[in-house]
Amino acid sequence: MEDFGDIRMSRRDLLKAGAASATAAAVPAAQAQDSPTNVNTPSPSPNASRPPVVASVTLDVNGRRHTLKLDTRTTLLDALREHLHLTGTKKGCDHGQCGACTVMADGRRINACLSLAVMHDGGKVTTIEGLGTPNSLHPMQAAFVKHDGYQCGYCTPGQICSAVAVLDEIRQGIPSHVSADLNARPQMSVVEFRERMSGNICRCGAYANIADAMTEVAGRQA
Amino acid sequence: MNPFSYERAKTPAEAAAAAARTPGSRFIAGGTNLLDLMKLGIESPSHLIDVNGLRLDKIEPTAEGGLRVGALVRNTDLAADTRVRRDYGVLSRALLAGASGQLRNKATTAGNLLQRTRCPYFYDTNLPCNKRTPGSGCSAIGGVTRQHAVIGVSEACIATHPSDMAVAMRLLDASVETVQPNGAARVIPIADFHRLPGNTPHIETALLPGELITAVTLPRPLGGVHAYRKVRDRASYAFALVSVATIVQRDGTGRVALGGVAHKPWRVEAAEADLPRGARAVTQRLLEGAMPTPENTFKVALTERTLGAVLLQAKR
Repeated sequence: MEDFGDIRMSRRDLLKAGAASATAAAVPAAQAQDSPTNVNTPSPSPNASRPPVVASVTLDVNGRRHTLKLDTRTTLLDALREHLHLTGTKKGCDHGQCGACTVMADGRRINACLSLAVMHDGGKVTTIEGLGTPNSLHPMQAAFVKHDGYQCGYCTPGQICSAVAVLDEIRQGIPSHVSADLNARPQMSVVEFRERMSGNICRCGAYANIADAMTEVAGRQA
Repeated sequence: MNPFSYERAKTPAEAAAAAARTPGSRFIAGGTNLLDLMKLGIESPSHLIDVNGLRLDKIEPTAEGGLRVGALVRNTDLAADTRVRRDYGVLSRALLAGASGQLRNKATTAGNLLQRTRCPYFYDTNLPCNKRTPGSGCSAIGGVTRQHAVIGVSEACIATHPSDMAVAMRLLDASVETVQPNGAARVIPIADFHRLPGNTPHIETALLPGELITAVTLPRPLGGVHAYRKVRDRASYAFALVSVATIVQRDGTGRVALGGVAHKPWRVEAAEADLPRGARAVTQRLLEGAMPTPENTFKVALTERTLGAVLLQAKR
């Protein structure tokens, strides 16, 4: 057996190193865009060389208060992952298309990648880490495990945060695209769950099992 | 993303004045479109004015029997309002057909009207785009144009407006209330709010520099059967290829507006006189002078068939 000696590299460190080298490789291509032949590249704006602007941001995350000094460009997602080291919330597309970054902000599910941390100053955020713990799972977390509502697991924290919020939205009577009657109370049905979960993509295709998990939790709560 | 300074505005007039005196500034509310574009280098403001604290988040009855929707009312809340669901069903339906639950929780009424196009060439900063870089040319013309506009196009731009909500607002003849940097208020009819591309596709609305939307008002309810039918490549969470908004009365008269076919929500009032004659007659007048590309000619037939389906449904 090979002896790796004193190499102690966690999976996370390995991913970080990989991401760094990928970024380095991408730099020449990005610089190439500025070549004179590429006349349509937007000219550098006057503020391109401006130093970053730093703001103080206080967030209540999962019941704990944190005050951070952040570049105003920091998204809520990056504040959670890179500054508070709450890496349960995942970065998928970083453009609001995949839902992996779904968290609850002031009681509502949002894409943390499309919101600036500074805009949440004084606000309350709940992430997957705030829903349950390994020893005391939230009912939705337990139902995802029971029904195999994931394969690789990368989209799962976002799916679970979204699923919890969906049941809440239906209980509040918020209609959806598939609600047959706008003036009636929406149903706790698989058709409703599927429509309302469309902002959470699962490339492993665990959708049917996710709907089963939601059905079980909805039934228990009804 | 370029560095930017950030402030929270205290009043609508102060926000407008700050925008007018700060070059390179933008308002930010939900941020779901602006931040996406900032990450891609398509928008690069040097200063953001956060308008979320302006208390423009109420839906109130107007003296005329309509509703005044604050600029900051979230798409979820507007769609779920019991008065909107009862009296302006087409608006609820249009909102619920757009985006995802997460985005609707953030997106605002004013921001929805101000969405930029989803033309893929607008998004690709390596290619010319008259909307992104005025005068650089249009890469969509002669490119892949399945999603693009079929009517009201120009030689400078064939992009569509992506909003569903705006189509319903146009159908309802809503009005956009604003405050200007000098503190003066004005009202812009929704028909005049969005512009056709012409030679200046980068100027998308009638708003002046620094002008801030404060509310959108809906006239008194029209009754009738409301419908919003959206045809898209996925059953949920996709932009429209074609969408049809209608209000049809018992006697067969009514209104029609289209999404996904033009640079603005598309409505031709004269065409509505043909509603009792059916979808073909209405579509012929609605899309008279259409200039589809070989790839999106299907949108003309799709409009007629979608309208036909909606009119049939309204009779039941």
